[in-house]
Amino acid sequence: MPDRDRLLRIYETMRKIRSFEEAAVALFERNKLRGSVHLYIGEEAVAASVCSALTDKDYITSTHRGHGHAIAKGAELSKAMAELMGKAAGYCKGRGGSMHIADFEKGNLGANAIVGGGIPIAVGGGLAEKLKGTQNISVSFFGDGASNQGTFHESLNLASVWKLPVIFICENNGFAISVPVEQSTSVGDIAVRAGGYDMPGVTVDGNDVLAICDAVDAAAARARGGGGPTLIECRTYRWKGHWIGDPEVYRTKADIAAWMEKCPINRLREYLIEKKMSSAGELDAIEAGVQKAVDEAVRFAEDSPDPDPAFVMDDVYCEAGGSNR
Amino acid sequence: MSIKTYAQAIRDVLAQEMRKDPRVFVMGEDIAEQGGVFGCTKGLLAEFGPERVRNTPISENTFVGAGVGAACAGMRPVVELTYVDFAYLAMDQLLNQAAKIRYMFGGKAKVPLVVRTQEGIGRGNAGQHSQSLEAFFMHIPGLKVACPSSAADAAGLLRTAILDENPVVFVEHKALYASKCEVPDNEDFSVPFGRANVLRAGKDVTLVATQYCVPKAVEAAKLLESEEIDIELIDPRTLVPLDIDTIIRSVEKTGRAVIVHEAHKTGGIGAEIASQITEKAFAYLDAPPERVGAKQCTLPFNLGLENAVIPQVNDIVNAVRKALYL
Repeated sequence: MPDRDRLLRIYETMRKIRSFEEAAVALFERNKLRGSVHLYIGEEAVAASVCSALTDKDYITSTHRGHGHAIAKGAELSKAMAELMGKAAGYCKGRGGSMHIADFEKGNLGANAIVGGGIPIAVGGGLAEKLKGTQNISVSFFGDGASNQGTFHESLNLASVWKLPVIFICENNGFAISVPVEQSTSVGDIAVRAGGYDMPGVTVDGNDVLAICDAVDAAAARARGGGGPTLIECRTYRWKGHWIGDPEVYRTKADIAAWMEKCPINRLREYLIEKKMSSAGELDAIEAGVQKAVDEAVRFAEDSPDPDPAFVMDDVYCEAGGSNR
Repeated sequence: MSIKTYAQAIRDVLAQEMRKDPRVFVMGEDIAEQGGVFGCTKGLLAEFGPERVRNTPISENTFVGAGVGAACAGMRPVVELTYVDFAYLAMDQLLNQAAKIRYMFGGKAKVPLVVRTQEGIGRGNAGQHSQSLEAFFMHIPGLKVACPSSAADAAGLLRTAILDENPVVFVEHKALYASKCEVPDNEDFSVPFGRANVLRAGKDVTLVATQYCVPKAVEAAKLLESEEIDIELIDPRTLVPLDIDTIIRSVEKTGRAVIVHEAHKTGGIGAEIASQITEKAFAYLDAPPERVGAKQCTLPFNLGLENAVIPQVNDIVNAVRKALYL
């Protein structure tokens, strides 16, 4: 059971993700942002809760819908927003954009625009820590769509055979772009696929911070203790289209409205107030602080220069070390 | 110096580097108890144990990806892909992930991963076990590509690959594993990337060859010598980085170039090298650069058919004569 401090941190993280993405939408609508922007709004409880169980030495791999994971793993909002705007001060010097934020110092091994592409990389992070003999763990975030990729199945098998400290977090938001999960996926609960790889698999309400924390705490303890991997399926929903501009032919406004009633942020807010763990005033103050930070991040990003094309060929290769220089 | 086979040379460097650096470990199909299908990891399990010498499931994309992740997390994995033909299954991790991570993420990440694999003819393995795919890896920025043609180069280049901070695709050739030559005993012996080997100095025609086509080119040069044609034979040894300067200097001297490789001629590395020669040494050329490569069909099983598809000594000799208008 997460304590008050942790729940408040999770609340703040969820608010950061929500406000950050709302700001990104506004920038997109003003033509300040380009490219594919995949919004996490509505799914914030997953990243915020899962990452609340991790340290900077633990790894994550993320997805095309990765802003939430990056922020929950400790990304600076200003550098993240600058990256969304393609600026030199962004996490990737403007080379990655929305789908490719990474921050190795915080253990974020990167977002990935190939569905399922990050899962083996997370397994490798877990393998590295096992070989080093640490108790650090590795978490892979991916969607329901990725659970039909070969890398999902291969990675669960490999992590299980080698008893690696990995947690597989399947964010089941019901759709792989436009295709409903029922049309593409052989099982109702994706977590049951864990059984095929001899590891625990649990399905939790992905809008319920407490349920996610319980599941991830158990999985993290198991992984840190050498017990091997776990698959956690978080049932959630994205309020926005697959990307900004999605015609959304696959669902109705009523579907979306029903899920908006289940907002994970409001749900934690009500819980904290009801259990007298916090107050409306305290939570409002957190929100105000977050909004100020997001506004500053937008200002920082807008004021930042574009990268200089003179340096476009930098960093294709690492020039340091090696015996070939 | 010791006389070693190409396979022994690889095995010895792996063992030496694993002794020196606990971050170096190996994984791949059949590499532990069996010591690799081609024997390049024999004895490593006994010395280093199952944590650092790992048999993988037949899941190429995922075990290469696990190598990518482990490299990002500070290890120095050497992953074996038994046949380069299986690299197609791992192309996402090789080309979309390993190659791009450093650049795409802003230049802070390092991926010190070596993927060892082998290609080419030599075992009568037909269309899905005999291909030569180095051009794929050369095409995508972010990977380095080495392709040794001798035991000494295999040893020296593999050490450089393991010490390099970038992902390296290390392309061996199955017909060379039993080939022998003198290899330095010095455990720091390395061959730098991007430095071609001039195997034979000559004044008439520049002959560029890689891997198993190098011994064929040596033979062709001997035959041509009897016709008083003096070949300068260059093995680039690494394709990324490519030592084009050595090739250009040679062409400036000879005015003629023939490039030979076992991969398909269409879109092969010969096309790239010939283009660069044309761009950089056009004024020196007395004839168009000639390319010799596999015919544009799937590698067939029957030995006679295979020989008909793959460049032979005679094909090299004929290409040299053509470059000389003979």
